[in-house]
Amino acid sequence: MSVRHALLALLSEGPKYGLQLRQEFEARTGDVWPLNVGQVYTTLQRLERDGLIESDDSAEEGPQKGFHITTEGVAELDAWLHTPPDFSSPPRDELVIKVLVALGLPGVDVHEVVQVHRRYLVELMQQWTRLKEDESRFDLNFALVVDAELFRLDSLIRWLDTADGRLKRAAVEGDAPAPQPFPLPKARRRVGLKQ
Amino acid sequence: MSYLELRDIFKVYGEGASEVHALQRIDLSVDAGSLVAVMGASGSGKSTLLTIAGSLEEPTSGEVYVGGRPLSSLSRNGKARLRRQSVGYVFQDYNLLAGLSAVENVSLPLELDGVGARKAQAAALESLEDFGLADRASHYPDMLSGGERQRVAIARAVVGNRQLLLADEPSGALDSANAETVMRLILAACHRGLAAVVVTHDAQLASWADRVVFLRDGRIVDQTLPLESPDAVLAELPNQ
Repeated sequence: MSVRHALLALLSEGPKYGLQLRQEFEARTGDVWPLNVGQVYTTLQRLERDGLIESDDSAEEGPQKGFHITTEGVAELDAWLHTPPDFSSPPRDELVIKVLVALGLPGVDVHEVVQVHRRYLVELMQQWTRLKEDESRFDLNFALVVDAELFRLDSLIRWLDTADGRLKRAAVEGDAPAPQPFPLPKARRRVGLKQ
Repeated sequence: MSYLELRDIFKVYGEGASEVHALQRIDLSVDAGSLVAVMGASGSGKSTLLTIAGSLEEPTSGEVYVGGRPLSSLSRNGKARLRRQSVGYVFQDYNLLAGLSAVENVSLPLELDGVGARKAQAAALESLEDFGLADRASHYPDMLSGGERQRVAIARAVVGNRQLLLADEPSGALDSANAETVMRLILAACHRGLAAVVVTHDAQLASWADRVVFLRDGRIVDQTLPLESPDAVLAELPNQ
């Protein structure tokens, strides 16, 4: 996650102190991503070096030193918000690799490997879901973070379920033909959707 | 204490070459106050397990205990009585009677069991209120949204003193917000003492359960460990 751009976003609301930025960052991310105070100041220094923010020159170094965003910082934030993360090439996903490796190993039951991971992911989902039960702590930011995590874990389980079914069908139908190299889809990452 | 217990259940359909082993060696117990989800792919035996647990179908062998009573010891009428008095069912397609209002749908099982109309209606209204539907009591099913229809179906399933809820993909036809509401309500009913089994292929639904059991080719192959405190998942998050 980009702490750099999250801090820029907070500063786009108005000038803020370092400590204040840390507290607001944690509150906005549902307290799910605690931030090291040292990292806040290192990031602020780099943002200042790059001309994206400016510090209040009259203040001394420390928690009371104020920062504000520059015009370049506003433009950088806007470009970041409107640029999709790079999902165009498949990540080197450890879960996928484990299942693929298990496929080729003699004496390894790939369905059992799939099930071990499925159970672990469902257990994680149970814990995230339990967090939803206590509605008193469930504000909008936290709800969005929990939903994102649940959908991420759910997508992995869906892949495991699909893989399990595909392997089962392949076992019934016999060996599949040797795989041919295939081109990966290339999607253009467009910056922004503005008119 | 277990309210529902399945011991060494087998279910075989057909004979000889066409024999299908739908369930094999199923052992499952569900305590009062707990929600168990059964996950599995299509054809894994989930729905068969549910119909056998609810005495809608006989196992080929093995025994089902509901409230400590073995179902094999009950006559056909005894099973029907047990189903009317103790077991509620929820299906994906709601199964509400179109010609009856919400409150009439909910009070129907009580009236079929001999409860007076006025008393049945009062219990039905109370159940609808538990599910946030007091203001929809006089609405007919076609006047309700999908989420409301399913909530009426759950209110009907738990009305009176039912102690076991059996649900087959209860939110399969709903969007994610309504599905979450349905699972919250089922869990809340469990916190009031109900034992519930939800069968589903959906991990988001299953994750509301206290325990998730995994079914594959008619066998239970795995289950989740007892739940840790939900805060454990936050404690394990790394600092940025």
